[in-house]
Amino acid sequence: MNRRDFLLGAGALSLTVMGRGAVAGTDASRKVLILVELKGGNDGLNTVIPYADANYHALRSGIGVARERTLQLDERVGLHQKLEPLMESWKARDFAILQGVGYPLPNRSHFRSIEIWDTASSSNQTLSEGWIARAFEKASLPGVGKGGAGVDAIVTDTNSLPVTGPDLRTIVMQDAENFLRQAAAMKDGRTGDDGNPALRHLLAVRHEVNGAAQGLRDKLHDGPAPATQYPQEFGFGRQLDLATRILMAGVPVVAIKVALGGFDTHANQVATHERLLGVLAQNLAVLRKNLIAANLWNNVVVMTYSEFGRRAKQNASGGTDHGTAAPQFIMGGTVKGGLHGVYPSLTDLQDGDLKHTVDFRNVYSTLAHGCWGVSREFGQRDRQTLGFLA
Amino acid sequence: MTARLGRRGFLRDFGGGAAVLGAATWLPRTALASSAMGFEEARHLLSRTALGATPLDIVATQRLDYAAAVDGLLARFRPQAATPAPDWVNTGPSFVRQQAKAQTDKAGVEAKPVQVVQKLVQEQGRDLRNWWVEEMIATDQPLVERMTMFWHNHFTSSIQKVRFVPSMYWQNVLFRREALGNFARLLHAVARDPAMLVYLDGVRSVAKQPNENFGRELLELFTLGEGHYTEADIKNAARAFTGWSIDRDTGHFQNHLQLHDDGEKTFLGESGRFNGDDIVNILLRQPRTAELIVEKLWREFVSFTPDPQEVKRLAAIFRTGGYEMKPVLRALLLSPAFRDPANRAVLIKSPVELIVGSVRVLGLPVPEKTQLIRMMGALGQIPFNPPNVKGWPGGESWITTNTLLLRQQFLRRLIEATTVSPMEGSMMAAGGAQNRRIERREQLPVEGRSLRNSASEVRLGPTLENVDADTLRRALLPRLPIDGVDAGDAPGAVVAAAMLDPAYQLK
Repeated sequence: MNRRDFLLGAGALSLTVMGRGAVAGTDASRKVLILVELKGGNDGLNTVIPYADANYHALRSGIGVARERTLQLDERVGLHQKLEPLMESWKARDFAILQGVGYPLPNRSHFRSIEIWDTASSSNQTLSEGWIARAFEKASLPGVGKGGAGVDAIVTDTNSLPVTGPDLRTIVMQDAENFLRQAAAMKDGRTGDDGNPALRHLLAVRHEVNGAAQGLRDKLHDGPAPATQYPQEFGFGRQLDLATRILMAGVPVVAIKVALGGFDTHANQVATHERLLGVLAQNLAVLRKNLIAANLWNNVVVMTYSEFGRRAKQNASGGTDHGTAAPQFIMGGTVKGGLHGVYPSLTDLQDGDLKHTVDFRNVYSTLAHGCWGVSREFGQRDRQTLGFLA
Repeated sequence: MTARLGRRGFLRDFGGGAAVLGAATWLPRTALASSAMGFEEARHLLSRTALGATPLDIVATQRLDYAAAVDGLLARFRPQAATPAPDWVNTGPSFVRQQAKAQTDKAGVEAKPVQVVQKLVQEQGRDLRNWWVEEMIATDQPLVERMTMFWHNHFTSSIQKVRFVPSMYWQNVLFRREALGNFARLLHAVARDPAMLVYLDGVRSVAKQPNENFGRELLELFTLGEGHYTEADIKNAARAFTGWSIDRDTGHFQNHLQLHDDGEKTFLGESGRFNGDDIVNILLRQPRTAELIVEKLWREFVSFTPDPQEVKRLAAIFRTGGYEMKPVLRALLLSPAFRDPANRAVLIKSPVELIVGSVRVLGLPVPEKTQLIRMMGALGQIPFNPPNVKGWPGGESWITTNTLLLRQQFLRRLIEATTVSPMEGSMMAAGGAQNRRIERREQLPVEGRSLRNSASEVRLGPTLENVDADTLRRALLPRLPIDGVDAGDAPGAVVAAAMLDPAYQLK
């Protein structure tokens, strides 16, 4: 063995070690992130309720959740009663609640704030690529961005920004069967666009459809169905049904995105918000059940997020206006259950809004490492790895 | 530009030179002929201002002088719809309550008032969409429909939230009235528009606790745009609009003075005991307001990327002209950027444009609009139901992997349908699980003459018959076909190939 061979051998060895260790590169250790967008700005204060805090009941005299209608998690906070279906996960300790997540200089515009969340930008910076696409920038992981099933991320609602970028192949589809049938009828081919951005986009989408259809056709054909039906045939339940089928078919995606809308509760919010929390909890509980049954619960991480929480004090219409920090739910077989972080103070408000205690970009960095083994920061000032993943 | 100087470039240069000549009166015959804009430019002008221009429309326009054609488009303005309104548009909220009570009394304890109202909202919503789509298909002034949609997408309101459907009809009447009217008048009217007052919670905004929803969107989306105001401006604007509400029985605008915050406010650097109209007037004095509207008009009519210099020039015309729509639209359509051949085929048709335009260009009789509207929904644009207050983002976002497939599916169905018999309800359906059953049925071969299969024998509708293959292709596509499949010269096959070409998605 000469020196050159020795070096080559050492190189190969260190690669192997890295592949199995800190920088996970194999499919087996990679996890699929399921993004659950709560559109409109979920009222965090009525989701994870600081029931023991007298200030809460003062700020929310009309719409506050009574102590006896909260599922107490510790001596300070509890979940809204409608989230009861998630208690099994809580007791199994695979349900983490991140308290007070937000960002500095919060923006209260729906559109701008969700853009900040989706691109992991700072408040005064505009980025066009999604944070997951950015996580894979130049990461060259096996199968991602090329080969495999021809698709890296699947979006079942209409906002695909978190997974939009040149390094990910993203498919937006509401119905797999229809997707495959229609794709079969559309040709691929010529890609010259004469410098016309609209045409370039059109042809790129067409190319993406063809590539994904090729990869998905075999996998989804006669694929297994989820063990338990989702409570909703349409909307959120249908999206999770599709997500489950994709996971069970073993399509090697890095992320799946679903969304539940209607959280912009400016007026008479109690009934609307309760209904939405119920839909969220029931469907997520079924997702967990299905993925455990399929032996996939350790291979996924579920994350809820919303563009912002809502104003601490209720408004005169029995609703709440746009606010700032809010809790996030993280679930999965490898998640460290429990309450994480610090609940924002209800007395130390900024312009009537909660001050965030966790920067959402630290949540993302933690997930990028824990799910895909990539080390990425997103410009946050105090980069930290949070402890919600085992 | 030199690289692009193909046939189009030549025609353009020739036309420019000829216009100068045309000003001279000593050559009347040449002047008339040479000031004609030509087929390509006529097609471009109509693809941006009409809905599904037919070859005949384009041929008629190409003979005109360009500026004269633009003036002609703007001159044609009837500020009311020709289609008769649904019969419930003059009912007030008290009527809804009576209906709910009558139904509940009749049905006993079975029917809940909530469900009765829900059903009424659904039925009226369907009537209202049918009414507008009918008008869009039948209209002789498509630019007015486009501008009505433009205002609907700017000053969004949604039936889903508003619930009181007659107010959504009257909001459309307002947008139609100001389609080619006056933006300042429109902005004042929108601030007291009943549907808007419900949609952005103005009805709930009172001195004691102002609701910021309308104030915020007024600044962020309707006038200045993000970054041109502070949170304090929003709070003060919200205070100024307190008390603007609607009458519980009629649903008309009502100013509750006792609920108005009459105190001193500071807004965009000015101070006073402002009311809502004062706020609107201050906003209309900001150059940003005109710029924001012009940027949006640019993205609607010219290209994805507004030219900042040109935006400033057009915004000045807009503002100094007292926000009249016709002068700014005229200047926009006559601008070098609009006429630049490089800006042809660079916009993506919206679902409504694609669907209404295809139906119009094929001359398809569509007695039942519900299926068309369902397809609009599947492609992401149901009239009166914008996704949120920012409206439909449009542009490239119209085309996703999902919607591109559905667009092709819709066009294939149109092509498979015979072009001379009315479209049946079952012929089209949206994607999604709820329509799976309908779609299965539609997998069956469609009876009738497919444009593709019947080729030369097919009788095209009156809009397309007796037009040669080359003219058909050039009329339907805003640029050369992408797939370049030689469909032969059979008119049916040419139309089918053109409509399924990706270039057909562009305008």
